[in-house]
Amino acid sequence: MRILIKGGHVIDPANDIDEVTDIFVDGNLISEIGDDPELEGVEMEVIDASGKIVCPGLVDMHCHLRDPGQEYKEDIETGTRSAVMGGITSVACMPNTDPVVDSEAVVTYIKQKAKEVGYVNVYPIGAISKGLKGKELAPIGEMKFAGAAAVSDDGKPVENSALMRRAMEYADMFDMTVISHCEDMPLANGGAMNEGYMSTYLGLPGITRAAEEVMVSRDIIIAEATGTAIHIAHVSTRGSVELVRQAKKRGVRVTCETCPHYFTLTEAAVNGYNTNAKMNPPLRTDDDVEAIKEGLADGTIDCIVTDHAPHHIDEKNCEFALAKNGIVGFETSLGLGLTYLVKTGVLTINQLIEKMSVNPSRILGISKGNLAVGKIADITIFDPEKEWTVDISQLHSKSKNSPYDGFVLCGKPEYVIVNGEIAVNQGVLL
Amino acid sequence: MEKRKQDLLGLKELSAAQIENILSHAAEMKKLIKSGTKKIPNLQGKTEINLFYENSTRTRMSFELAAKYMSANSANITASGSSVQKGETLLDTARTLDMMQTDIIAVRHSMSGAPALIAKNVNASVINAGDGMNEHPTQALLDMLTIQEKKGHIDGLKVAIVGDIEHSRVVRSNIYGLTKLGAEVTVGGPSTLMPPFMEKLGVKAFRSVHEAIVDADVVMGLRIQLERQESGLFPSMREYFRFFGIDDLKLKSAKPDVIVMHPGPVNRGVELSTSVIDGDRSVINEQVTSGVAVRMAVMDMLVNNGGFDK
Repeated sequence: MRILIKGGHVIDPANDIDEVTDIFVDGNLISEIGDDPELEGVEMEVIDASGKIVCPGLVDMHCHLRDPGQEYKEDIETGTRSAVMGGITSVACMPNTDPVVDSEAVVTYIKQKAKEVGYVNVYPIGAISKGLKGKELAPIGEMKFAGAAAVSDDGKPVENSALMRRAMEYADMFDMTVISHCEDMPLANGGAMNEGYMSTYLGLPGITRAAEEVMVSRDIIIAEATGTAIHIAHVSTRGSVELVRQAKKRGVRVTCETCPHYFTLTEAAVNGYNTNAKMNPPLRTDDDVEAIKEGLADGTIDCIVTDHAPHHIDEKNCEFALAKNGIVGFETSLGLGLTYLVKTGVLTINQLIEKMSVNPSRILGISKGNLAVGKIADITIFDPEKEWTVDISQLHSKSKNSPYDGFVLCGKPEYVIVNGEIAVNQGVLL
Repeated sequence: MEKRKQDLLGLKELSAAQIENILSHAAEMKKLIKSGTKKIPNLQGKTEINLFYENSTRTRMSFELAAKYMSANSANITASGSSVQKGETLLDTARTLDMMQTDIIAVRHSMSGAPALIAKNVNASVINAGDGMNEHPTQALLDMLTIQEKKGHIDGLKVAIVGDIEHSRVVRSNIYGLTKLGAEVTVGGPSTLMPPFMEKLGVKAFRSVHEAIVDADVVMGLRIQLERQESGLFPSMREYFRFFGIDDLKLKSAKPDVIVMHPGPVNRGVELSTSVIDGDRSVINEQVTSGVAVRMAVMDMLVNNGGFDK
């Protein structure tokens, strides 16, 4: 397929491009960038991108596709369909499936199924420990060669500090990123929401911020002591941001991510026992939201990820304490970033694209987030000014557990190109 | 359009006027049953079910008798363990009871928000009979009725509540109710059993019993569970009593005409000393009678008045 993307505002932070120009896609590659490429007589699809942003396809390095094993919540087809509608062209999916992604075989299954039915590139994340049990290392090397992009026990911390140290050292040998879900379980003590005014008001067991921060500091200390790298998942508190900021200043190999819900919502969203505001780590306070924004602005926080966590309606329409953690996020993340970070002046559009495409690619070590000639054409085109209203019944995921129903957001992907093929055309899935 | 059915989920949702309406109706009910009239026709032909997911003797019996004193059909379900262990979801159980043409479902559950969840999904009026650490509105109403009877008013009184504040639904309902009616509320207890941001609920929190109860008109002890000791929140019942148990000596800080309350069941020699429980400042037994009256008033108003506005 040949596609000419004409007259769009191309923002490609990896190559320092920030101008109105054209991009020509030939086959599955970007073949030319520049004004008026000489293409007379060439048969091609023309996308009028005037007034729109053209950027490298978004890369979400933290999501749950629930496949294999929990296909009643989501599968690789529906999950990636939802992702591409959100302008995301590559996802890295967490290994807490059934069976757990702790072997070459499961990594291969996900890669294969994604190739057959997926709408976007799928990079499986392997487990740190076999069965996510925190006892023995999973075959990190074998999983890497089967196509895993990183390792994580996400959903659970690696409680044993010695195992975490060994995982970081072992994974470093294979250039595999270790992603840490930071939670001290005894401190979290089975809590259901942030410990604060709202937990007192609602009579729900609270989770102290210390449960997250204790583990963030442990992982930073191990990385510093051993010279290894760590990526901190879903940072949600001021204390965690500050720990990462100071560690980066000391030269520790630490990176981190946050999610749109940690810069748009607070514990107040839980009022009324709203299970769509239940996640782990929990929604925090206004002060934490402020700190997350500061961390995004000064570069402490490298990435914005969705932590897309689909759950069946029966797992949310129940007692708050029993409700599952997490929300779907693919289709709202770009709009939330543009509305709550770019419109408000926290980030420039370029910085937002860095955090949603360039940096996650770099941290995962994948060749994405880049519009250079010769690269595979993964491109997202959106109008940052266009307003739309979130209607969760219209989400493309199998699950609809989102707290953003009725939110008015700016910016929705209008064209999404994956591997040189148009997957979303004028906002419609092809 | 049909008026939406009303529930009693908590006192945080009620206005001062609504609470006063309930108390004045409950006072009439109390007079009635104390005079020996234990059959009135107000709920004739109506059905009330007690859906209890936690053990309870006094609250469940109080609801049952309140319904029966008003000629309702009353039935009890005591679920052992949670709905999950039973294999049926809470909502499915509640919808099933609802379709038996129930008028009132009183729900007790270990999880905060469970009655609210049921209320959204059934046609019957739901009364929260205690949910997790959230609210126990009929308990607070019966406490307020008792205080009003003994003191003549609630406005301007100082009420000190002592014990496991963190895990107590009784304290939360009392805070919402008492502060709306103009009382000053203080809470006291071990720092490990004190939730954050109590001042945002309009109360003062203290770590010493003396500071909490100084010049109090009312002192209320809260039940302490042995499992809190086992999970490391305080060292022993003995140490708890030494620092937080209400005895005659500690009560000297309160006003001379202080009344002492407890939602029951009491651990003698832990929350209150035996001499305080059985002494003449104690109104614990009076609270029990108030409980039946309050539950009668609440059920009557939900079914016959469409709520608490009049």
